[in-house]
Amino acid sequence: MMKAGTRLEKTLRAGQFALTVEVGPPRGPNPEDVLRKAQQLKGVADGYNVTDNQTAVVRMSSIAGARLLLDAGCEPIMQMTCRDRNRIALQSDLLGAWALGMRNCLCLSGDHQKAGASGKLKGHPGSKNVFDVDSIQLISILKGMRDEGVLESGDPISQPTPFFIGAVWTPLAPPEEFRVLRLAKKIEAGADFIQTQAVFDIKRFATAVKAAADRGLTDRAAILVGIIVPKSARMLEYMNANVPGVEVPEALIKRMAAAKDQRQEGYQITVELIQAARNIPGLKGVHLQAIESEEVLPEIIRAAGLLPRPQV
Amino acid sequence: MIIAEWKPLPELVEILKGHTNVLVVGCATCVAECAAGGEREVETLAPLLQMALKQEGRTINVRTSTLERQCEWEFVEELAKVAPQVDAIVSLACGIGIQAVAERFPELAVYPGVNTTALAIRQEPGTWLARCAACGDCVLGETFGFCPVARCAKSLSNGPCGGTRKNGKCEIDENIDCVWYQIYERAKARGKVEQLLKVRKPKNWSNSGHGGPKRVVREDLRP
Repeated sequence: MMKAGTRLEKTLRAGQFALTVEVGPPRGPNPEDVLRKAQQLKGVADGYNVTDNQTAVVRMSSIAGARLLLDAGCEPIMQMTCRDRNRIALQSDLLGAWALGMRNCLCLSGDHQKAGASGKLKGHPGSKNVFDVDSIQLISILKGMRDEGVLESGDPISQPTPFFIGAVWTPLAPPEEFRVLRLAKKIEAGADFIQTQAVFDIKRFATAVKAAADRGLTDRAAILVGIIVPKSARMLEYMNANVPGVEVPEALIKRMAAAKDQRQEGYQITVELIQAARNIPGLKGVHLQAIESEEVLPEIIRAAGLLPRPQV
Repeated sequence: MIIAEWKPLPELVEILKGHTNVLVVGCATCVAECAAGGEREVETLAPLLQMALKQEGRTINVRTSTLERQCEWEFVEELAKVAPQVDAIVSLACGIGIQAVAERFPELAVYPGVNTTALAIRQEPGTWLARCAACGDCVLGETFGFCPVARCAKSLSNGPCGGTRKNGKCEIDENIDCVWYQIYERAKARGKVEQLLKVRKPKNWSNSGHGGPKRVVREDLRP
């Protein structure tokens, strides 16, 4: 039985290799900024992640961004973090988002407010965070609202809110042995699909997916591997050194550094990563991110042989 | 212990505008242990304050006193003799002590000389680390003696976020251990990892400040 009937859910249900992409909302109120990205990306993916103030930088809200995408014909995956809202606000926003047509929701703890765009912006390091509930508890809340029509308190709502529930997984962050158990908790709490932290080391990632498969997790939830389009050797070095859970093999950094045209090499690497990931048993799709340069995605997706998207 | 840190001297100099007789009062308990408001710090701050004020062309008579415990009325009472001779008090106690003094001497201006920052333990000389958030819903029995509320930057209940560094530190501060990394290591050493598999429900925050200002009543101890 369909849980929310989203395009992403149907694609996975049909046994097709799914593809989602990330669309960061603008640091401003102009809807055109979202609509422009929607025009560039319409039809190339099964779901469009709309981030929720990622790296703790104020952006257009994920609900508003998601609605703009929806109106433009791109089915959004609304991201929701626990950093800025308590369970009252989270549930209220979930009701509102559902009323506005959102049916996919990805649950995250959220970057700490100290993150501040990795120091590129001032951000709001002096703000108060909330973290009333954590990402796993948020997943449970969505499941309760969908399957039982109740809030976290147990109070009923007038009708259930069927969301296709997503969670994230950082398989290669320490303590590595625990990461698969944490994934199991997320699935136990109610996650239907999983998008991972960016993967560059396919071999190590495949080992983690096997550990998940051995626990039966790849049958209970659909895992989509996260892939970030690399722009330069410096970016790869930076992520390897500074982004927990992102492991970039030395050989890949060297290959990028030796390339004449690093951007083009980055596209080629992305295509190869997607193709390698497709061979991992139990993996159900790819979640593609080209941070602040979404326009490059259609070409990469086509080159990876993932266009046109299946009709579902 | 409750830990506190000195407010910047210029802030204290500014705050004392218009006062002529000031009492700097310390507390010999927690804030003495964390070297912020004990007798030594009181006797260090008083002359510094006096010098800074003198540079600004202001002469203020600064007295000092350090109470055994500024959070107990009996000890606060000791200030009753000196209070009539001053027009302001700078307290180096935690927020509890400062308020006790302010409540006992409502006719005086009482200023904080410190910022109270955490419930912490001394890790090594000169280093203190937060240990408790006074959340009112203790989970230490399930987290192998490590508090995720006070020691995880996101107070997570169900394991580490994706921000654990390669060396087991927290992504937001390379000097802070990821407490969930520590919890996992302790669980593994004890052969009890399965204990961490349980999905922990949202916490009840109402038995702490989130339920309104805390008031504890013990009928058996009331007069």
